[in-house]
Amino acid sequence: MLLSDHLIILPILLPLATGALLLLFDERRRVLKALISAVSVLMLAIVAVALLRLADADTGTPTTGVYLLGNWPAPFGIVLVLDRLSALMLTLTAMLACASLFYSLARWHKSGPHFHTLFQFLLMGLNGAFLTGDLFNLFVFFEVLLAASYGLVLHGSGTLRVRAGLHYIVINLAGASLFLIGVSLIYGVTGTLNMADLAVRIPAVPEENRMLLEAGGAILGVAFLVKAGMWPLSFWLPTAYMAAAAPVAAIFVILSKVGVYIILRLSLLLFGAGAGASSGFGEQWLLFGGMATIAFGAIGVLASQAMGRLAGFSILVSSGTLLAAIGLAEIEVTSGALFYMVSSTLTISAFFLLIELVERAQDPAADILAVTREAYGDDLDDEEEEEEVGVAIPATLAILGICFAGCGLLLAGMPPLSGFIAKFALLTAMMNPEGFGAGGVIPAMIWALVALLILSGLSAMIAMTRAGIRTFWAPIEGTVPRVLLIEIVPVAFLLLLCLAITVQGGPVMRYMEATARSLHAPENYIRDVLSAPRMPAPAREAHQ
Amino acid sequence: MELILAIGIGVLVGSGVWLLLRPRTYQVIVGLSLISYGVNLFIFSMGRLRVNASPVLPSGAPVDPTQYTDPIPQALVLTAIVIGFATTALFLVVLLASRGLTGSDHVDGREPN
Repeated sequence: MLLSDHLIILPILLPLATGALLLLFDERRRVLKALISAVSVLMLAIVAVALLRLADADTGTPTTGVYLLGNWPAPFGIVLVLDRLSALMLTLTAMLACASLFYSLARWHKSGPHFHTLFQFLLMGLNGAFLTGDLFNLFVFFEVLLAASYGLVLHGSGTLRVRAGLHYIVINLAGASLFLIGVSLIYGVTGTLNMADLAVRIPAVPEENRMLLEAGGAILGVAFLVKAGMWPLSFWLPTAYMAAAAPVAAIFVILSKVGVYIILRLSLLLFGAGAGASSGFGEQWLLFGGMATIAFGAIGVLASQAMGRLAGFSILVSSGTLLAAIGLAEIEVTSGALFYMVSSTLTISAFFLLIELVERAQDPAADILAVTREAYGDDLDDEEEEEEVGVAIPATLAILGICFAGCGLLLAGMPPLSGFIAKFALLTAMMNPEGFGAGGVIPAMIWALVALLILSGLSAMIAMTRAGIRTFWAPIEGTVPRVLLIEIVPVAFLLLLCLAITVQGGPVMRYMEATARSLHAPENYIRDVLSAPRMPAPAREAHQ
Repeated sequence: MELILAIGIGVLVGSGVWLLLRPRTYQVIVGLSLISYGVNLFIFSMGRLRVNASPVLPSGAPVDPTQYTDPIPQALVLTAIVIGFATTALFLVVLLASRGLTGSDHVDGREPN
């Protein structure tokens, strides 16, 4: 077995080993811990990019990388599967991880114990969830990432965080129960937990068991929709994300995308075109739920006084857009949605990091108008004040302002940045299902979705303009925040990534289209997983 | 046996959901525990109920699978119990932290007016 074959499991092993290693060091050896953690995250980024290239290597026939754990053949053992979608998610995670980790090195990693360990375990859970090809293994990785996220959401302590964290934990524990019920129902009906094997067996499920199967799928779906934040299940999300420390919130942006990722994968694999009588199950729910989420998120964005809340509701808008796009289940829409997912995740993550820097400058007196802020608690600032070492950047306000404007453009989906390309790709795909100008009558549902998408962009624009004026222009005697280089560089890095996918729009879009095509025609995925060859037993040395 | 198990799961989950919707954190944690017991029994029942059948196959000899019970749900239950136990313990810590910081055992951290 070549070294490159083992590369697939590295995104799980690397954070696991790093996290465990970091536990051995005392909290006082902060520099060493930070160094190990940073090196590990950088290596993870390199591995993720290598896997991305591996997954995209052969453009003709999509090849799926399969890693048999314990060398058991596919339906019996647990498999890790690398295809374009999981490679994309791994890369996105690694990029966000780099940005949040380096940002946290300025001050946040000091404000509580075991930050780096929890961070690494979170990465392990995320990478595992993206790679696994087995439903129960997915549960295990889901729990790993949730357990780490429980610790991280409380990082920095304080009443507000504990209160929001309590709700976050209860909701996710209840969600985990739903997850288990769904998984076991599906197992009870089909007798397998391997996703590829499930896709083979679902068309053959007898009619009297189909209702049980679909109930299982629906209950499983609810568990992920809680995570993704679909409308009636999303009230916890803005508060929890706003309360979390800035680098934690930035990496949490990918957590809501885990739910979206799994729904995208399972709905197309298990209930896609080849699923017989269950084909298309749940699509309407996703479409309508997604639309309700966009509406709720857009109203929330407009109503937010605090910028943290604004960012939290932006996540809901992003999730809603993705869910509605998945509900439409068309290749072009899916590829647009994938582009939108990358762009919006990077943007909101950068925005979460930026908010903390911007709010550092704010004079509390300037916020008298924002009365409601008090309701959310002022104890965000109770971090221990320490002497900060590092390079403070010049022209702080100008740089912060430029980053803020970039976030605004990206969130609203205005040209020239990637937010526009993403929305444009989505809208054209929705309005021209059979190629540009070739479609017949566009159904009313599509018109409603198009209107919602545009209005959500408008509401983001209004809210961002208002917040920007209040922060950068309104203060008469503005205090300039002290921003370290290591804090602004991650924000700029994420925004530059958005710029990069704008400039490289063609190749990125081609990748997304290839991803969407293989998702909508999962035959290759199924064949590759189920026919993955076992390793031959190593030749034993002859003993005497 | 099916009926008793079904009623047992129903009662556990039903009481759990009711407690989960109560305003005190202690009720919530007991509710979550009851739900996870119900869910564990449910996973177990998804391997079909068999009496006097072992889930472990003997090695070597040819086996008749109808004489054995499905081992996978039992393995799943073990994992689910461990994970559920750990997360419940973690929640207990947060519950105590919340009680200490806010001085209230209400889930919102303050008494309703």
